[in-house]
Amino acid sequence: MAQENWSLSVNGRTHQVSAAADTPLLYVLQNDLALKGPRFGCGLAQCGSCSVLIDDREVRACVTPVGTVAGRAITTLEGIPAWYAKQRGLRRAPDLHPVQQALVDEQAPQCGYCMNGIVVKAAELLAGNPRPTEAQIRTALNGHLCRCGAYPSILRAIQKAAQS
Amino acid sequence: MMDQQFATDRRSFLKQGGALLVGMSLAGCMATPRDNGAPSATTGTLTPARPGPPPATQLDTWLAIHEDNTATLYMGFAELGQGVTTALLQIAAEELDLGMDQIRAAPLDTQVSPNQGGTYSSASVQRGRPQIAMAAAQARAALLVRAAGRLEVPVEHLAVERGIVRVTGKPRRKVSYGELIGGERFNLDMTGSPPLKPVSAWRLLGQRVPRDDLAGKVNATHTYIQQLRLPAMLHARVVRPRGQASYVVGARVIRVDETSIQGISDVRVVRRGDFIGVLAPLEWDAVRAAQQLVVEWEQPAPLPGSTALHSHMRAGSSIDNVVLERGNVRVASDEAAFTVAQRGFAPYQAHAPFAPNCALADIRANEGLVICSSQDVYAARRSIAAVLGMREEQLRVQYAEGSGTYGHSCYDDAAQAAALLSLLAGAPVRLQLMRWDEHGWDNYGAPHVGEVRVSADAEGRLVSYEYHGWQHNWSQVETTAQLAGAAATEWPPVAAQGVNPLVCGGMYDIPNLKLVNHRLPALQYLRAGWLRSPLDLAYAFVSEQAIDQLAVTLNVDPVEYRRRNIRDPRWLGVMDAAATAAVWNRPWQPGRLGTQRLRRGRGIGLGTHLASYGAAVAEVEVDMQSGGVRVLHLVGALDAGLVINPLIVERQIEGQLVQATSRMLLEEVLFDQSRVTSLDWQSYPVLRFENCPAITAVVVQQTGEPSTGAGEETMAAAAAAVANAFFDATGRRMEQFPLTPARVLAALRAT
Repeated sequence: MAQENWSLSVNGRTHQVSAAADTPLLYVLQNDLALKGPRFGCGLAQCGSCSVLIDDREVRACVTPVGTVAGRAITTLEGIPAWYAKQRGLRRAPDLHPVQQALVDEQAPQCGYCMNGIVVKAAELLAGNPRPTEAQIRTALNGHLCRCGAYPSILRAIQKAAQS
Repeated sequence: MMDQQFATDRRSFLKQGGALLVGMSLAGCMATPRDNGAPSATTGTLTPARPGPPPATQLDTWLAIHEDNTATLYMGFAELGQGVTTALLQIAAEELDLGMDQIRAAPLDTQVSPNQGGTYSSASVQRGRPQIAMAAAQARAALLVRAAGRLEVPVEHLAVERGIVRVTGKPRRKVSYGELIGGERFNLDMTGSPPLKPVSAWRLLGQRVPRDDLAGKVNATHTYIQQLRLPAMLHARVVRPRGQASYVVGARVIRVDETSIQGISDVRVVRRGDFIGVLAPLEWDAVRAAQQLVVEWEQPAPLPGSTALHSHMRAGSSIDNVVLERGNVRVASDEAAFTVAQRGFAPYQAHAPFAPNCALADIRANEGLVICSSQDVYAARRSIAAVLGMREEQLRVQYAEGSGTYGHSCYDDAAQAAALLSLLAGAPVRLQLMRWDEHGWDNYGAPHVGEVRVSADAEGRLVSYEYHGWQHNWSQVETTAQLAGAAATEWPPVAAQGVNPLVCGGMYDIPNLKLVNHRLPALQYLRAGWLRSPLDLAYAFVSEQAIDQLAVTLNVDPVEYRRRNIRDPRWLGVMDAAATAAVWNRPWQPGRLGTQRLRRGRGIGLGTHLASYGAAVAEVEVDMQSGGVRVLHLVGALDAGLVINPLIVERQIEGQLVQATSRMLLEEVLFDQSRVTSLDWQSYPVLRFENCPAITAVVVQQTGEPSTGAGEETMAAAAAAVANAFFDATGRRMEQFPLTPARVLAALRAT
């Protein structure tokens, strides 16, 4: 497929990239924009490692062709604190989203590779449901794997973030 | 002459190596402080650059003190996500009297890191602490001697805090480590005899020091190997059949049709033997090419299929050896009042790291750089050199963290593949395995058939224990090496591949005992390697169900029954810790809780890996109609001697219990007669958020005991606890895990 030029809005900035239309967004974010949030896990939308927000909804970048997202608002892990500030009408973006801070406070990550998807999904959840029950958190996060088995600490962290 | 020439080559090599490491994500990640020709303060010349490992007998191999009064610790252990770096830094900072913010670990690199034998068996603290503590204590002693000279007082009059040496009673008379030696070498041999701090003086050991790598892991500033790039590199993928056949078969190419990828520009296909790779400047092109390239493979059918696996294993010819024997099990068993038997079947299970392995390589005529996630950079350097036909001294291997690996996933395979692809393509390469490569070509945790007979006297005292285990050894040759032409060979026997005396009866006081290994020919089976707590879940599943049977037969509470048969106070202590945390003594009516359809049960299990002591209590719920099993709560207690950092060990226990639940309920590598069919998270389901049990992790701290493993030693106990809880709920013994609905229903319907 021929290379085409795309204008992508990522974390509030516009980037011009050249890629075949069927290129998964993940490869563009990772290679062309050098972002380290979205990352490869399965390429099959089964694990949540590549998650980004597109127009405030969590989407799997590994199966999203770049040709379908031009002009839409893409938020990666790097942009989550600023996205949160905008949602909440805060003047300044915090260093970390409350979920990120709670994950560190809880010392939840082990290898941490799943944290991209966990943070992105939890941020999406709390934006729509600021006081989720534990069952709601489990359901929302069920599409995100953590192979180290840090689920209990992650659940505690998201609950703490929801209470803060 | 040769040596001098070699040293010159090294310098140029290292400069290139240094230049290579200026990729977009590399800054700050791969920088090694005393690397690549940085001027040395002592000589003013380039530091002689030699391939490692540097001599373990020299203090400078382990520690460097910098002018800013900070230190760098050089060690041979990899941060696999388990947090071990923090624990090892605590050990060094303790003996040096530095703050945790004043010390860091140098990245693992065969140019600078000591060889401590790899990051295996959860033994990094056990094996690493003595060397690291010795080096730190000796460095502190040497620094105090220098300080005594500088401050003109005897050493006995000096005290240290945060690397500042002060004269006792005269705090203004002080000098920092940085001022004493910053940037210089100690030039001292390791004596191995400096006194270590007594427990009473510890500031850091045993403390819940938080890991400092976690903020970067939640905010995208931490760099994983998958995010490293080399200048002018090509993206590469390997091309293999989807799913491996038997180890010895590997994969054999009949024909490659390169016209099948003509539509993708700039793609190259490279091949050595049956090893095939594709490379392209754009990653998506490499991905597409690997999927579209038409390769005709031989399709033999050498496997028994996963459904016939265990009968095939049990019937197969094996090499038998007695692992341990005392007394006479036959006589004791014949004379015993009670005898029970239990058998069990365990499947192949996959490492399935969350991110498939990745490696980068730049291989040139006489030198090469490989960045990989191997548990052992020096072993990787040796095996990569063999694949390339180079000398290992010509290679530099650096470690970069990927996702958790839990044992021998495809990291060495990826490292070899990246190196070979770079050699064949003549370009720097980044190889990323795809999900189906990692799932389908893993060195799986080996399957097991276990049969145990346990006898007790009229009072319930254990008198005889006989365990027979059938399994095969690990595969020694990585897939890349094998496809490129190396013959498949199996690992020589090591303890972790055979019946484990610690798990099989080792916690009990049994006068007559016999453990027998039945080793099957590894080449005829799937690839195998160490998977977190290798085979221990299977041993405990079989063995601890038999002990439970005796408790039930004698109508004694399972914890109490075990207590009567254990003498070792540490086994007793860890069991009591788990039972107490689980409130074992509350009223409990086995099998009658919950509803008619949903039965609840609880169970205890004991087990470990190669050291330490693990105990677990599980509460499960069984759906008698669907056969579904949920683990509701899992308590795990671990006595690992001195626990340097209880916070990190609690997280390790938590992960072990969650993984054990996943392995008991869900994980099974399926294969037909030709190949593995478990290739992703749908065909190889693992535990997700919705079914994660509540977890209680208990650390039994033993400050007076040496540190032993803490990364895998509660998994066997948890496996046994789940099986015993299932019995408590249903009155049925499971003989095979994972406890899938189909197996559960079959067990419930059996008469």
